Amino acid sequence: MAERFASVADVTERLRSVSYLADTGIAGVVFLADRLEKPVLVEGPAGVGKTELAKAVAATTGSRLIRLQCYEGLDEAKAIYEWNYKKQLLRIQADREHERDWETVESDIFSEPFLLTRPLLEAIRADEPVVLLVDEVDRVEIETEALLLEVLSDFQVSIPELGTIVGKRRPLVFLTSNNTRELSEALKRRCLYLHVDYPDVEREKEIVRVRVPGIDDELAQQIAKVVGSIRNIDLKKAPSISETIDWARTLLYLGRNEVTPEVLGETLHVLLKYQTDIAKARKELGVDAPASPASAAAARR
Amino acid sequence: MQWSRLDHAMRSAAGAAEVGVLPADPTLLDVLQGFVHELRTAGLPVSMTENLDAMRAVEHVPLDDREAFKTALGATLVKHAGHHKVFETVFEVYFSMFGPGVRTADGDGEGGPGAGGPDFEQLRAAMEAAGAMGTVSDEELARMLLDALVHMDREQLRMLAAAAVARYAGMEPGRPVGGAYYLYRTLRQLDADGLVTKMMARARQEEQVGAGAFDERLLGEEFEGRLKVLKELIEAEIRRRLVADRGVEAMARTLRKPLPEDVDFMHASREEMQQLQRAIYPLTRALAARLAQRRRHRHRGTLDFRQTIRHSLSYGGIPAEPKFKRPRPSKPEIMVIADISGSVASFARFTLQFVYAMQSEFSKVRSWVFIDGIDEVTRFFDEADEISEAIHRVNTEADVVWVDGHSDYGHAFEVWHERHIREVTKKSSVILLGDARNNYHASQAWTLAEIRKRARRLYWLDPEPRGYWDTGDSIISEYAPYCDGVYECRNLRQLQRFVADVVEA
Repeated sequence: MAERFASVADVTERLRSVSYLADTGIAGVVFLADRLEKPVLVEGPAGVGKTELAKAVAATTGSRLIRLQCYEGLDEAKAIYEWNYKKQLLRIQADREHERDWETVESDIFSEPFLLTRPLLEAIRADEPVVLLVDEVDRVEIETEALLLEVLSDFQVSIPELGTIVGKRRPLVFLTSNNTRELSEALKRRCLYLHVDYPDVEREKEIVRVRVPGIDDELAQQIAKVVGSIRNIDLKKAPSISETIDWARTLLYLGRNEVTPEVLGETLHVLLKYQTDIAKARKELGVDAPASPASAAAARR
Repeated sequence: MQWSRLDHAMRSAAGAAEVGVLPADPTLLDVLQGFVHELRTAGLPVSMTENLDAMRAVEHVPLDDREAFKTALGATLVKHAGHHKVFETVFEVYFSMFGPGVRTADGDGEGGPGAGGPDFEQLRAAMEAAGAMGTVSDEELARMLLDALVHMDREQLRMLAAAAVARYAGMEPGRPVGGAYYLYRTLRQLDADGLVTKMMARARQEEQVGAGAFDERLLGEEFEGRLKVLKELIEAEIRRRLVADRGVEAMARTLRKPLPEDVDFMHASREEMQQLQRAIYPLTRALAARLAQRRRHRHRGTLDFRQTIRHSLSYGGIPAEPKFKRPRPSKPEIMVIADISGSVASFARFTLQFVYAMQSEFSKVRSWVFIDGIDEVTRFFDEADEISEAIHRVNTEADVVWVDGHSDYGHAFEVWHERHIREVTKKSSVILLGDARNNYHASQAWTLAEIRKRARRLYWLDPEPRGYWDTGDSIISEYAPYCDGVYECRNLRQLQRFVADVVEA
């Protein structure tokens, strides 16, 4: 089977070509996931680009991204497969006149056309290359996790009426978690573990430059530094990478080419979403509140 | 070929190893197994599968790429963010000889297999070539260091760190002193505390920095970060030398630290306390989430007789479809009563953090603190925006001293009983935190009996090891019969178990 990536450097390079800047850790784990054919469990604070990573990998390998969004109460029928019972009922009714024996009817209604595939089964049966993203896996109950285990370890699904369906080609699998609860050991054992944290100043600057075309070097550097500094403050919710990008866009749009305390004061709400956080950051950084409502309104626009 | 090269590096690394898991002449596999063994000893749950995965993973990375090697081991062996620090330390010890520079040391890796290992030899050679640092004066060295820091020249910094350790740490082979001592000596000689100020002054001279307080803060932070890098480099250098002197396993043993979840609350350092604080939030959130989940899942209440009969009319009076009442979502109410006397001082800090975290997750949490008097502190936690503020107010404003400021559980419970017993209902869970060291006062255990009679649950968390219970003036067993559970709660792991138990109950 052809590998998707030639080396760690190749991973970095190709992720970069789709505007995702991976550090050595991220690229290293993606490379291993490809070689060892193991799923990757990605953990880290909200907004560091966990989901984005899966999307970028899909884009750069030319694979289809199949996404399973997890939530409390997710079950087999929504994650793996379900029989389309309405269609089955219709079929049985339509068959009434033909007086067919039960065996024929049964084998008829439990066949492909009546199967509703859900993300996991879809990923297994796909002919084309696929990246499977199981998003926010910490949201499902422990009991539901067990469902994932069979799929993740053997990459097959057993459907009683059809038999066991084995995947044609192992897709790259990413599971993301915000760590709202401890995942089971069994699940962790089956995955490679990748902890993604906020980027350092250098990497964040690069991210800003790649994602916000037209921004100049100096400003990107300043933005990265200021955001890094804000993350050092003990806040309810530290600014995420996407918020950094939003902020950079805001500054560009407002035609600012330098981050001064005044500019920061006017636009802080792009980075921070809690009033208490904003107040605290203002105090810590020695930045005043916007002078007039007009300028604040301009910034908000 | 790669394997043999690494083997060589490994062999010199482990050359000085004492008797232990490592055989006298270890191969890569031996060293990796020793490494995994050490991780397990440190408390990381590394399973057989994960071990095998790690062995498979390292086959796929170029072995002279240290970062990739580390990533491969980390991704396969460590599945918990909190464990990463331990992993890092153990990795540094086991693979310290396998440091930066090996990549370029292709041909001349045959240096002395004794004291230094190829990497170290090479570094020293580079150092000597780079300007004979053996002869430069202390002032000169300090100046070069400042230069390197201000312009963030990593290579230069690494060499200078090595030179500083050689000069100032005063390391002698076989001396039974920990790395922290050498680090302290080196940093003191370099005047590490003054370095940031010096860097700032220097930056101002070179006009790298604007005038405002804002710019200054940013730059200050950046310099702090660089100083941290320098410290890490010095630490790495010291570690490398210690490993060369004492051998890998002995070194790993000295550096072994408890995992975050095993850190004793009573003896936690400041830094560990901060980590604990971060860990407590998810725990209380888990508690809140699990309680909420239970409510949502048990969506059937008791039989609604009226509805059932009404509905049965459409089936000709046969109650074919029983109807149930929607359960009223019962809001759990939690009452926390905590000892904050001197004997549990550091535990009390943790306790207050726990209470604070609980209060920000649950709407109905009330809290009291006591020494020999007792005072309600719910308002401090509700009003405070952050934990330090709340703790400060509790310590300064709460009225907890009655006679002499020595714990008196009996009196505190009695007063609490008198004031609040009527507020305890079937919905309230009461949690008591303390070591039950009562200074030989009367226990007044009947108050707990009363509380238990009215409350849903009554728990006691004791920060002392079980072995110390009922020794000296501890009278935990006088209170225990009235509690639904008495838990030893000295670290996060035990707290987690308690939370799980409460949720199950």
